[in-house]
Amino acid sequence: MSSEYDVVIGLEIHAQLATQSKCFSAASTDFGLGHNENVSAVCAGMPGTLPVLNEQAVELSLKTALVLNCDVQKTSVFARKQYFYPDMPKGYQISQYERPIALNGYVDFYLDGEKNRVQLERAHMEEDAGKSTHFGEYTLINLNRAGIPLLEIVSRPEIKSAKQAAAYARTVRQALRYAEVCDGNLEEGSLRCDCNVSIKPKGQVELGTKVELKNINSFRFIEKALDYEIQRQIQCKMIGEPIVQETRLYDSVKNKTFSMRMKEEANDYRYFPEPDLLPLVLQQEDIERIKKTLPEHPTRRYERFVEELKLKPEDSELLTSEKALADFFEDVVAKIGNSQLVCNWVTGEFLRLFNDDESATWRNFPMSVSAFSELLEQVSNKTISANQAKEVLEDMWKTGQSASKIIKDKGLEQITDDSQIEKLVEKVLSENQDKVSEYQSGKDKLYGFFVGQVMKASKGQASPEVVNRLLKERLKK
Amino acid sequence: MFKKQSVSAYSKKVRAREASAEKTVTQLIDGQREPNKKLNAILEINERALQRAKEVDEGRFDKGRLTGVPILVKDNFCVAGQSATAASRILENFKPPYTAHCIQRLEDEGAIIIGKTNMDEFAMGSSNENSFFGPCRNPWNLDYVPGGSSGGSAAAVAAGLAPISVGSDTGGSIRQPASFCGVVGIKPTYGAVSRYGMIAFASSLDQAGTFGRSVADAALALEVMIDHDTRDATNVRTPFATLSTNKSLPLKGVRVGVVKEYMAADLNKELREAIEGNIETLKQQGCEIVDVSLPHTDYAIPVYYLVAASEASSNLSRYDGVRYGLRDLSSPTDEPLQDLNDFYKRTRSHGFGDEVKRRILLGTFSLSAGYFDAFYAKACQVRRLISDDFKNAYEKCDFIVGPVSTAPAFKMGEKKDDPISMYYNDILTTPASLAGLPSMSLPLGLSSERLPLGLQVIAPPFHDDKMVMFANALEELIGFTEVCNV
Repeated sequence: MSSEYDVVIGLEIHAQLATQSKCFSAASTDFGLGHNENVSAVCAGMPGTLPVLNEQAVELSLKTALVLNCDVQKTSVFARKQYFYPDMPKGYQISQYERPIALNGYVDFYLDGEKNRVQLERAHMEEDAGKSTHFGEYTLINLNRAGIPLLEIVSRPEIKSAKQAAAYARTVRQALRYAEVCDGNLEEGSLRCDCNVSIKPKGQVELGTKVELKNINSFRFIEKALDYEIQRQIQCKMIGEPIVQETRLYDSVKNKTFSMRMKEEANDYRYFPEPDLLPLVLQQEDIERIKKTLPEHPTRRYERFVEELKLKPEDSELLTSEKALADFFEDVVAKIGNSQLVCNWVTGEFLRLFNDDESATWRNFPMSVSAFSELLEQVSNKTISANQAKEVLEDMWKTGQSASKIIKDKGLEQITDDSQIEKLVEKVLSENQDKVSEYQSGKDKLYGFFVGQVMKASKGQASPEVVNRLLKERLKK
Repeated sequence: MFKKQSVSAYSKKVRAREASAEKTVTQLIDGQREPNKKLNAILEINERALQRAKEVDEGRFDKGRLTGVPILVKDNFCVAGQSATAASRILENFKPPYTAHCIQRLEDEGAIIIGKTNMDEFAMGSSNENSFFGPCRNPWNLDYVPGGSSGGSAAAVAAGLAPISVGSDTGGSIRQPASFCGVVGIKPTYGAVSRYGMIAFASSLDQAGTFGRSVADAALALEVMIDHDTRDATNVRTPFATLSTNKSLPLKGVRVGVVKEYMAADLNKELREAIEGNIETLKQQGCEIVDVSLPHTDYAIPVYYLVAASEASSNLSRYDGVRYGLRDLSSPTDEPLQDLNDFYKRTRSHGFGDEVKRRILLGTFSLSAGYFDAFYAKACQVRRLISDDFKNAYEKCDFIVGPVSTAPAFKMGEKKDDPISMYYNDILTTPASLAGLPSMSLPLGLSSERLPLGLQVIAPPFHDDKMVMFANALEELIGFTEVCNV
């Protein structure tokens, strides 16, 4: 990026709230169903039907507002945002305009080891539109999505780079998933991110012309799309071409942004208070009740892992990336102590197996805390070696059997009994008298050979520690 | 057959098998044919009414409060399987698969919906001349309008086509036609009757209500319709359980407010005399007559037309030819369809009538950027002042009485080309609508031309039951017995 320009980015994140039914109707939000199967008379905007606010949507919005450190507004007002589009059945979208449910707020996160903070402007509730699929001559409309509750989270335009924007968006997603208000799936559209970006000569106060980027369906693409767009705008400046205020779509295959090339009508949405709904009034006790259900913020948890558990920042980041993973980690630590050992195993073998297993999801967590703790206990008290433990874990994953059963069935318990190992040591040394002499006359390298032979004789079950101790004692003599 | 008999007495007979609902329904359906050719009050007869009447006679609804009572419903209420057109071409062939909550309540209590009535398109009008299906006429004199927008419902009850009908009142659409047709029309407090299934005109004003030949008849049906419904967020639980349909309020000591601004309006002479005569009678009966002032009355018409048109412009956006109703993409010059906007333009141009288009334009304008504050927002502020006027007035009185309109029914076509003069018809009904107050019209007498004169009663919010009791007393006092013959 050219250092002659300041970059100004603002993000609008639309989070689909994880409710059972739609924002203003009793229709289900279930995604698996066929076209237009989750559509009630209300969703279809039939004459005489009326919206009724979904209580769960309010609770999830309130929870999100608290997670994002917003000032929850005790009174918020729904408004109609009016425009015609075939997949918007009423000719208006019910949204919040002048009085949203949440104002201000901030999101903290770490980027390259530094703490960053992005300030929020507001978060407001609204309903989703349906989906149009165009086929040249005709268009098909699916209203399953129409009326699904969304919370739009609007940052202040103070994000300074594409990388920061992506890290901010990731943290918002993480916080929403922690609070279980949104599943945060960008590919499926349950989280959507529109980016407003402009550039201005360094130090200039006045903002440049902003361009809105849409159609970005992964965090990686947020960064790439913004980087591309920033470069494009700088190019424009350099060759003296004006930057047009417009909406551009990101094409991830070509890694380019394209103007939507629609007639840029100045849309007048003619917002006015929705007369079918009363203002939403929240009681302090509701706010307090929801506050009690908030999980620890992921960024705070990350800090605790680094500061209190003394874990490496990159491990802490990985462990806290998903609440289910962080919970699992902490529960195992609570059982067996030794957070570093647990960290190594969770970030290492556990995640390797998890990522390889297509059926494993965070919701459908593949391993119980007690099963994993049992395995790590065997490692930590040296019943089995690390390599054996990896094998056991794989078996546990495949068969669902307990660590102790697998260890027993496979005969993997380590031999730690001195007298048993002593016998093996004696046997190896007596069978290799010549090598003992060579070693004792200074050929130190042969030590490894003796260890190997003893381990082989024990079929790998001898505790390396005991073998070492006894070998050293015997070879000194 | 309902000219002398109350619906509750009739319903009792049906429950006792002393009267047959099937016979009654057959008589009404057969009997309406000839008069309706002249009146055009009924748009559609419910084909299932007879079947339902048989079920009633079999005793399936013997616990109902309206067992066997035939009811006509304004065509902006949804009744599953029946057309619900709102008298608009854009919904000409629309048949909803659901029934409005308040109509369902009537059916639950054993009532029989016998058909749908004519109205001004989307309830926009004061004469019933804005119907896609042609105007409805006044049964007292076919050259005159029945009032509107619930003209068909009022005319039908006046002509005896049904004992009770359902209407909707946004700015006077029950009270004004009731007064023009010489029947009782009640609009309850805003929020008392669920709006679910009633095709919206202006959401913050629309209320369902009833027409009847007597206060008791209209109130009984309304009492059944008033019910808490979770499908309408603006619906409330009323503090009263019944409307005290058969009780009369003792008049002694009742403080009756007479509004200075209403009486100062340019009232028809005969109407003024009738109203003043009624006030005098009330005084003689021991009522305390109190002069009250509603200083913002002059603003009611502009405020009402801005608020209602703004909401209507939004509520009618859904009629876009995409999912249901009319899709007419033809063009007079056979031009091919240009784009999506053209798609909307064509259907909506063909589907809506002039008055509806006028109000959509007015409402769209008043909500537009740059005009919102001066029009819609300002109107909402003044609406509050109008509401406060009533609050102040009710510190001094229990009810307000006065005229419903400035004159009795006017001639067909007389005001059709003068929208402003048509709008000013509503000057005495819109204030109570803007304040959400219960109000009603009851027949006071006939003019020298034998056109009905109406009296309006306005009560404080949620005093619907007391208003009905007061109206019962007034009704006895007035003793209106005239009947029209079509």
